[in-house]
Amino acid sequence: MAEATTPLMVDLDPATVPLEDIDVSQRELWSQNKKYPFFKRLRDEAPVHYCKDSEFGPYWSVTRFEDIMEVEQNWQSFSSDPTIVIQDPEEDFELPMFIAMDPPKHDEQRKTVQGVVAPRNLQNLEGTIRSRVQTILDDLPVGEQFNWVDRVSIELTTQMLATLFDFPFEDRRKLTRWSDVATGGPETGIVESEEQRREELYECLEYFTRLWQEREGTEEGIDLISMLAHGDATKNMDPQEYLGNLVLLIVGGNDTTRNSITGGVIALNENPGEYAKLRNNPKVIPNMVSEIIRWVTPLAHMRRTAVKDYVLNGQQIKAGDKLVMWYASGNRDERAIDRPDEFIIDRARARQHLSFGFGIHRCMGNRLAEMQLRILWEEIQKRFHKIEMVGEPERIPSNFVHGFSDLQVVLHPH
Amino acid sequence: MVKITYIEHDGTQHQIDAEVGTTVMNAALDNLVPGIDADCGGECSCATCHVMVDKTWMPKVGSPSDAEESMLDLNPERVENSRLSCQIPVTDELDGLVVNLPEFQF
Ligand code: HEM
Ligand code: FES
Repeated sequence: MAEATTPLMVDLDPATVPLEDIDVSQRELWSQNKKYPFFKRLRDEAPVHYCKDSEFGPYWSVTRFEDIMEVEQNWQSFSSDPTIVIQDPEEDFELPMFIAMDPPKHDEQRKTVQGVVAPRNLQNLEGTIRSRVQTILDDLPVGEQFNWVDRVSIELTTQMLATLFDFPFEDRRKLTRWSDVATGGPETGIVESEEQRREELYECLEYFTRLWQEREGTEEGIDLISMLAHGDATKNMDPQEYLGNLVLLIVGGNDTTRNSITGGVIALNENPGEYAKLRNNPKVIPNMVSEIIRWVTPLAHMRRTAVKDYVLNGQQIKAGDKLVMWYASGNRDERAIDRPDEFIIDRARARQHLSFGFGIHRCMGNRLAEMQLRILWEEIQKRFHKIEMVGEPERIPSNFVHGFSDLQVVLHPH
Repeated sequence: MVKITYIEHDGTQHQIDAEVGTTVMNAALDNLVPGIDADCGGECSCATCHVMVDKTWMPKVGSPSDAEESMLDLNPERVENSRLSCQIPVTDELDGLVVNLPEFQF
């Protein structure tokens, strides 16, 4: 229905389309990677922009770094409840999770689980992660074409999740499947119907309920399920809430890191000068990791719902309005970031990007994500002169999960 | 100019001269003191500029605002004298200030 009235953005000229017609949520803009000129137009001419009609209903776009920061800071006016994505939740199938809660409940639940991915604990995981990375890289075919997304990005992030949950290793691809199912409705082709989606998620719940029951009876371990089963704030969760939090941890740690792994290879191939810098100076890797995460922006947006009237950069927001903070735009805002469209691995202040969000919901897994990427690139540099991208990457048709489903590469060893 | 000493987790000390009007976070970055990330650039929105103020200095430094409190509160390693260094303005009163840096920023 909405499609009939809203023009298709990809067919229009971003420089001349009337501002009021711009709808940056359209999937085609994301699958064809044509969104950036539209965002630049909005940042320059209508930084807080109202789209009156879209597939997801009316919404405000917040596109400048500074304005996004202002929204992030003010959880009293901009709620994360009921959801943090542009698409409204299914009324009869809500998955409660702390990313979509406000204080005090958000704080209580976050505090229970955050210890497992805190830097102190990560130190203990570094050895395991490194050896898994080494095995994955050593098994790759050399000199022949393969899909990097499947063989490395998905495999590595899935193994990491299995480690965090202490999940039966041979079943680990179930985690990938559940992550895909949780984020993709029927329109993405991942499932055929909403019913199928629910069925698979209940299967996920059943599986994890078994693990919970096993672990609740034993001493608290350092895996996430055990922590949830023993934590005061979480041990009495109802099943739907348990499922919500599981999905949060699975999705949070899955697509995001996966797409950073793929995106890094693309960025280095598109910028051979930067690839040369990396070869000459592996010490740049931690800084490069931050730059990759900025440049990729694995989650394109987070959504808030206004609970009070508020004037944001001159625009009157009303209680009940939907706001979309477009990190993919804020990370390219020339007002906040020097030469934002360029990928510069030794960039100054590389950590100052929006990809992890800011404020009380700031990504809980940010150190884990950075550590995985750092170890991966350290091990890649020990083995390969170049990961050559052959052909164009295939992009996911989503305005939320910002990434790639296929990247064909050929490896060239030293 | 005001003297500030940062003590790293391993005991390494860095004494620097800071200008009145900057923040304890910015003074550290300007003088290349390691251990402070300051991912949000001083907006009280990332909590990666965490320091533990030397206890004798707490009365002069004071306690966190509500906004700072809500960020600090989510740090599992937060202690009584924890502060976000971007929220501590450098004043003449703080000449000689000593702060300890945590082993990890979150
Ligand atoms: C490069 C990788 C990653 C990116 C770009 C990313 C991005 C984000 C963003 C944008 C938010 C929400 C901020 C907001 O609402 O303002 C978030 C929250 C969260 N992330 Fe990540 N994330 C990544 C990796 C991870 C990993 C590995 C985990 C695994 C534990 C994780 C777990 C979470 C959780 C639990 C939250 C909710 C925090 C809260 O609401 O307090 N993330 N992440
Ligand atoms: S620099 Fe981000 S909270 Fe201090």
